[in-house]
Amino acid sequence: MKIIDIKNLEKIYNDSEVKVHAVNGVNLSFEKGEFAAIVGPSGSGKTTLLNLLGGLDKPSGGEIIIDNTSVGTLKSSRLIDFRLHNIGFVFQAYNLIPVLTVKENVEFIMLLQGKSKKERDARTKELLEAVGLIDRIDSRPAKLSGGQQQRVAVARALASKPKFILADEPTANLDSKTTENLLEIMEKLNREEQVTFIFSTHDARVVKKAKRVITIEDGKIISDERRN
Amino acid sequence: MKNLTIAWRNLWRNKRRTLITAAAVALAVFFSTLMSSMQEGTYSKMIDNIVKFYSGYLQIHHNDYWETRSIDDSYVPGQDLKDALNSTDEIELYVPRIESFTLLSTGNVTKGAALIGIDPEEENKITNLSQWVSTGEYLSKGDKGILVAVNIAKQLKAEIGDTLVLISQGYHGASAAGLFPIKGILKFPSPDLNNFGAYIDLDAARDFFSVPDMVTSMVLLVSDYDHVQKIKHAIQEKVGDKYSIMTWDEMQPEIVQMIEGDRAGGVVMKAILYIVIGFGILGTIIMMMSERKRENGIMIAIGMQKYRLQTMLFYETLLIGLVGVIAGFVLSIPIISIFVNNPIPLPAEIGEAYEMFGLEPAMYFSLVPKVVLNQLITVFVITLCIAVYPVIQIINLKVSNALRA
Ligand SMILES: Nc1ncnc2c1ncn2[C@@H]1O[C@H](COP(=O)(O)OP(=O)(O)O)[C@@H](O)[C@H]1O
Ligand SMILES: [Mg+2]
Repeated sequence: MKIIDIKNLEKIYNDSEVKVHAVNGVNLSFEKGEFAAIVGPSGSGKTTLLNLLGGLDKPSGGEIIIDNTSVGTLKSSRLIDFRLHNIGFVFQAYNLIPVLTVKENVEFIMLLQGKSKKERDARTKELLEAVGLIDRIDSRPAKLSGGQQQRVAVARALASKPKFILADEPTANLDSKTTENLLEIMEKLNREEQVTFIFSTHDARVVKKAKRVITIEDGKIISDERRN
Repeated sequence: MKNLTIAWRNLWRNKRRTLITAAAVALAVFFSTLMSSMQEGTYSKMIDNIVKFYSGYLQIHHNDYWETRSIDDSYVPGQDLKDALNSTDEIELYVPRIESFTLLSTGNVTKGAALIGIDPEEENKITNLSQWVSTGEYLSKGDKGILVAVNIAKQLKAEIGDTLVLISQGYHGASAAGLFPIKGILKFPSPDLNNFGAYIDLDAARDFFSVPDMVTSMVLLVSDYDHVQKIKHAIQEKVGDKYSIMTWDEMQPEIVQMIEGDRAGGVVMKAILYIVIGFGILGTIIMMMSERKRENGIMIAIGMQKYRLQTMLFYETLLIGLVGVIAGFVLSIPIISIFVNNPIPLPAEIGEAYEMFGLEPAMYFSLVPKVVLNQLITVFVITLCIAVYPVIQIINLKVSNALRA
């Protein structure tokens, strides 16, 4: 089942003196349950592409259709709600709200969604168990390691039961052991619960784990391979 | 997680900065409260004294009397007026007076002064005149003696028991002359009043000025000094424009002007203080917003509506002000409460200006609600203005830019 369809996507940054064609005519689609890596050197357009895909930035041209909704046409408050209900985000680092505990960070999204306390408590527990951090439930983010923080971020991204999760270089700030650990958790969620992950990276060890590798250079897709 | 809870926790992320900012607000509130309290305390003491020593809260005159100050503009307080006064709530007491001018002479020295005919007992209930008798005795009903203010007595070189010759003009040109033994010397705390005049019994004054049954003024004591306008209108409604009814502030416009002028000066000082503090808070909020740009971006990215984030930041700004205000009150209110009942005495040299208003030289304090409320409202309005900053920042926040921060 196709959940994302990207057509002729363009992003041109005009604000500085030099025009930057950060995304240049991208056509892509994603199915439910994918575990896809967007790979490319620094400055190749990965973040820009993921931001467009997540509705965090407006395309200069082309279209993104997520489950029959053309994301580019949504007004800003509708777009925020669309993100809340459809997309989970994991960023490179410092994802969590520092003044909230681990539990509250995960719960936060469900609060925004207006879920009942009972449902919030159950889901928070389930997710923190899945990422192996149930024993840190009442800690503040600053008390956790970088890897643990990213695992909480994954739990938070899943809290809203999104259609897919976008993760922009989620392991960039992690050492190899914690990188592996985070990927294992992501893989497990993908395998056991069909959670769709689209993540960017330029780390070869991360690329190895992907079931689909999309390579981008100068804003253009130069290869798109599926493996098993 | 309520917005307010998150705002409260955010407030204490940078404890030191928040404490310094709140302390600055607290200090401004502390000084402003103290200053306002002192101003209001002094004003109300001044008004109190003037009202108590002399004018009363309201006076009722013949329509022309205030202009002419002439005994010819005396009037007989009719039953209609008495009924009106008796039936008006909040009037505790009204007493008659006859006020005019006279020459006082010991034979060698002659001096002009005010002569006031009073009902000794009733007058005492309003102005507590008897407390100022420094030597001799206060008047009694039907008394033939005279009370003389101390400076006048000195100038006349007159003492208790001496007889003064009084010469004036009575009703419609009637001659007025009489002999009055000095029964007491009045020593007021105010030099103005010490130079002002002499008091005799009401009936003696009526004889002297040939105004049987008449008065120049009815002096009213009311229960609440803030209600004088209301009471004035209530009486006016009953008696029409037959009489002129004046409130203390209409009789003493210089005092009112002086108070307003002084208050305005205080407002300028407080405004400067609060503007400085306002920029302090603004600085803190600007730093806070720039530090938290990425975090704010993340919250909007994951699905928080901008208005919710704005509400949260709005609360946070208000809370800084609120913490400061509360701390300011915690410091100032107990101190003021002590001083309200124990004015701080001032050395005599500084106190001269006070004496003009019949005040003992001291710093007076007041805790009327507006002393506190004004600070609360001011800080609230300032933080409200500052809270616009984060609101605008969030309106303009571009998530993709914020995430790169
Ligand atoms: N806000 C922006 N304004 C101007 N140029 C930008 C902006 N964001 C990114 N770019 C440029 O767009 C290109 C792609 O950037 P980015 O998407 O961040 O790449 P990656 O994530 O692969 O490192 C780069 O050349 C970068 O300098
Ligand atoms: Mg990037």
